[in-house]
Amino acid sequence: MTQEQLIPLILKKDDRAFTIMYDMYSKSLFAVISNLVKETEEAEDVLQEVFVKIWKNIESYNDTKGRLYTWMLNIARNTAIDKLRSKGYNNSQKNLSSDNFVHLLDDSNKLVNRIDTIGIQEFVKKLKPKCIQIIELLFFKGYTQQEASDELEIPLGTVKTQNRNCINDLRTYLQV
Amino acid sequence: MNTPEYLDSGNLELYVFGLLNESETKEISELAKINPAVENEIISIEKAVLNLSSSFSPVISAENFEKIKAKLELKHGKVIDMKPKSNTSQYLGWAASIALLIGIGFQYNKLNYSNAKINSVEQDKSNLQKSVVDLEFKNKETATALNVVRDSKNIIVNLAGQTVNPKASAKIYWNKDTQAVYVDASGLPKPPEGKVYQIWSLKLSPTLTPTSIGLLDNFIANNEKLFAVNQTKNAEAFGITLEPAGGSKSPTMQQLYTLGKV
Repeated sequence: MTQEQLIPLILKKDDRAFTIMYDMYSKSLFAVISNLVKETEEAEDVLQEVFVKIWKNIESYNDTKGRLYTWMLNIARNTAIDKLRSKGYNNSQKNLSSDNFVHLLDDSNKLVNRIDTIGIQEFVKKLKPKCIQIIELLFFKGYTQQEASDELEIPLGTVKTQNRNCINDLRTYLQV
Repeated sequence: MNTPEYLDSGNLELYVFGLLNESETKEISELAKINPAVENEIISIEKAVLNLSSSFSPVISAENFEKIKAKLELKHGKVIDMKPKSNTSQYLGWAASIALLIGIGFQYNKLNYSNAKINSVEQDKSNLQKSVVDLEFKNKETATALNVVRDSKNIIVNLAGQTVNPKASAKIYWNKDTQAVYVDASGLPKPPEGKVYQIWSLKLSPTLTPTSIGLLDNFIANNEKLFAVNQTKNAEAFGITLEPAGGSKSPTMQQLYTLGKV
């Protein structure tokens, strides 16, 4: 289902719309949340909060705000960061953690190696370390280009083109 | 900026990631509406990161979905009740069905293999049974032969080779009580195709009177080369001739292989 098909259903507050939306986006958002909030139960609490916000605030979304997914992604990142701050992580995002999303794989209790995701996980492990870092910072943590440039010590102007190249590698693999 | 350059700028990725400010976002949203190439690029980028991040999601507990619905006071419709299960268990379902398929394939192979094995074992068994029957049969033959040879009441008549084949020899075991006659033909050569040995009991006086007491049929198949032939009461000599299959009324003397007096 495309977002164009989904949005009217959500606006109608159709029960099925919620289920579809959850199926489509919950795993992605949960990965982003878990990458920030390490503790599983807390991450699930955040995920619940995120979906409640999405559902209750869907009227405030419109397509000039970008993709529905992007809108949800921002809610997820912000809610996760709020959660961390409420727990006393008052420093900037940069100090939250030194590892990256690939480490979500390391905790075997958290992640069942699902048959359909093993391929992409293996692929990502083979991605250039620079790509993993740049996707980690820009996509998973929502760093600005300036912040990523500082963190990775690369020129500001190359951040988005490098990111583009990395995403292109990923798209070639996924054939999208 | 033309479209390919625009796509390659890296801005669309930042757009999907949610890293652009309000006006930049709005600009691209507007552009996407009128430019399908931009729209498609955005959708592809979204698919890529949605797929990537979903793949790295830790397992979400099954209750999570219900908890959210409870918070939103969403009703439990039938359709919805089914969904969370499928959401959390669809991978298990796929894995299970793949495992099942592989399992079935494996079992099918195994079954075929087993069936083939059973067939071959059955074949072996039947061959063995044949061998056993053959052996029992042979054993019986041997026992009979031994009994015949050992019977003390037997008169043993040695038949010596004649002109046709001086090396040929045979023995007659003749029990005068029962009048049973056995022929030990192990000294005779294999009869040519279409020919058969015929056994004669002979009276020498007043005139030479041959009486057929039987044919050595199945000469080759008889391993012991010990043949039971017809009884005879008063033989004075025994002779063996080679005759056309079916035997002859009187012996063909040119083909007299062996002869011996009682």
